[in-house]
Amino acid sequence: MTGLKKKLSKQVLIINELGLHARAAAKMAEIAKNATSKLWIIKDGEKADASSVLDILSLACPMGTQITLSADNESDSHILDAVKEMVESGFGE
Amino acid sequence: MPITKSKEIRLKGINASPGICIGKAYLIGSEGVDVVETYYIGDKDLQKEIKRFKTAVKGAKDELRAISENVPEDLRKYSDIIETHMVLLKDKMLYDKTIDTIKNEHVNAEWALRKVATDVKSMFKSIPDGYLKERAYDIEQVSDRIMHNLMGSDRKNLKEISKRVILVAHDLSPADTSQIEIDRIMGFVTDRGGRASHTSIIARALEIPAVLGLETATSSIKNDDLLIIDGTTGIVIINPEEQTLVEFEERRIRYAEYKIAFIKNSQLRAETKDGVHVKVMGNIELPEEVSSVIDLGGDGIGLYRTEFQYLNRPSFPSEDQLFTKYREVVEIMAPKPVTIRTLDINGDKAIANSSSDEENPALGLRAIRYCLSRPDVFKPQLRAILRASAFGNVRILFPLISSYHEIVETRKMLKEAAHSLDSDGLAYNKNMEVGVMIEVPSAVTIADLLANEADFFSIGTNDLIQYSFAVDRGNKQVAYLYRALDPAIIRMIKHVSDVCKKKNIKVFMCGEMAGDPINTPILLGLGIDELSMSPQSMPAVKSMIRSLEVKETRSFISEVMEKVTASDILELLKSRYSNILPEQASLWK
Repeated sequence: MTGLKKKLSKQVLIINELGLHARAAAKMAEIAKNATSKLWIIKDGEKADASSVLDILSLACPMGTQITLSADNESDSHILDAVKEMVESGFGE
Repeated sequence: MPITKSKEIRLKGINASPGICIGKAYLIGSEGVDVVETYYIGDKDLQKEIKRFKTAVKGAKDELRAISENVPEDLRKYSDIIETHMVLLKDKMLYDKTIDTIKNEHVNAEWALRKVATDVKSMFKSIPDGYLKERAYDIEQVSDRIMHNLMGSDRKNLKEISKRVILVAHDLSPADTSQIEIDRIMGFVTDRGGRASHTSIIARALEIPAVLGLETATSSIKNDDLLIIDGTTGIVIINPEEQTLVEFEERRIRYAEYKIAFIKNSQLRAETKDGVHVKVMGNIELPEEVSSVIDLGGDGIGLYRTEFQYLNRPSFPSEDQLFTKYREVVEIMAPKPVTIRTLDINGDKAIANSSSDEENPALGLRAIRYCLSRPDVFKPQLRAILRASAFGNVRILFPLISSYHEIVETRKMLKEAAHSLDSDGLAYNKNMEVGVMIEVPSAVTIADLLANEADFFSIGTNDLIQYSFAVDRGNKQVAYLYRALDPAIIRMIKHVSDVCKKKNIKVFMCGEMAGDPINTPILLGLGIDELSMSPQSMPAVKSMIRSLEVKETRSFISEVMEKVTASDILELLKSRYSNILPEQASLWK
């Protein structure tokens, strides 16, 4: 199995009152930019680039939305965790 | 010396921040940006063009950074918006796509940016969510800023304005408004924006007159034109004639004097000479207005209109969106009461793209009638209000109740909403006071029945007068019939108040009648417990209350009841009380 890169994904719930609004999306994109592979947010089968604020916003995720975070490469698992943690903390709001 | 005769032009816009100012126009903003040329970029010049775009983005970023570093302390919360804009500058959907477009289509950076920004904007505009729709606007502001850098058009820094001017712009972004130095700006005039816009909120916070949403301001006004801004009525006068100037200069001075006088005394309790504290409350529409209510000495919010959140949007606001707004107001005012009136319009008509034809909407499906017919719209609002009640002193007020079964039905729905919160484990005040708006003549005549189902009444005089006289006050031919002091109205108020005393419930008033100090002696005499009005009217009414004696106003009522016309009653009021009437109160009418 050497050389084959595994995909990684995690589920998380949006808990902050304003949902994934601009400031929250900006925080998420800041972290996602550090990934070496692509990071995605998936909601109801729709996919958005986690490093693009506008793409994140276009998913329209209010409070209570269940999203899936996924990375194209498992080497980005720490980044995925960081994003997950931030979402779970309600973006520190 | 030749006299140049310039023609006076009057424009009517949205009165976004009260006050009057007279000064020279100073135009800024995105004029010229609309003219974006397109031209072909050959292969060998592509990299150069991309570099030009990157430089422009960097320039825009540097500008924003400089602005965010200079944001004054009290506007700190707007720096979040500026930071968001900084992130958006380099967002893939904007930045990378523009570069791709330059490359793939061999077009100049301006054209590519315009194309990409328009696409992203329209995508956001199509999302049925008020918040995300507004983000289209952030994209516009960000791309405008890059565009200015690209075109090298001279984007004037507001800090560089050296004289005192009236700012005229197509629109002002939060970044623009945050760098304004109050000493330099006398007023704001914009083509776009409304009462909820950042410009309006900031103008009110800084107490600078503003007229917004004029549409044609930037095309009608030239740099250095002499302007009069009346932010109280929403009028802008370009190149005023001598006579107009004199008139408004007088009004400006009177307004300034009035403001000083009323702010000085506005925090004093509205207690009559014989020691009765009459609560003076504010009517508001936006959470931002709460600060005026507090600054001008309000004892609470007597009427929080909730229609605003249903206007100009593609879908109904969610329970959480409503709750957030209500809670904001409730928390700031606590422990003072906040009276939230449920939706007072036909929601379907307010929500964009849905229209229903009614020949006579004033007598049609609106307010409580609409809400009762649409539990799916009403329930989220009831739940939001109930949830907000856990955070302070909330009263709920139902508009346009005209029959007994309506209040019974409404209370039933409120109860259902409360039960649903119980099952969701959400907190609310189980003893929240329930009020009925008295604004239809039938409600007056069955006040005794309605009183059994209410903790308080609030008399809405604007509609009560219109419905009683069957007169549309907006119709100039019959507006003369609209008279608050007519014996017909006085008798109705007296009847309602008498019923409330007998049934031992409170009676409030929240129409315009409450906000005019000339009416105060009558309202005190009739035993109205609370008066609610636009925040700006509160100081004058409070001052009037302080000069009155309840005992005296009661005996005055028996004289009022003998008069047969509105003008007789007005004459009687004037002859008795004009010596204590607060000066300049009329300025706000």
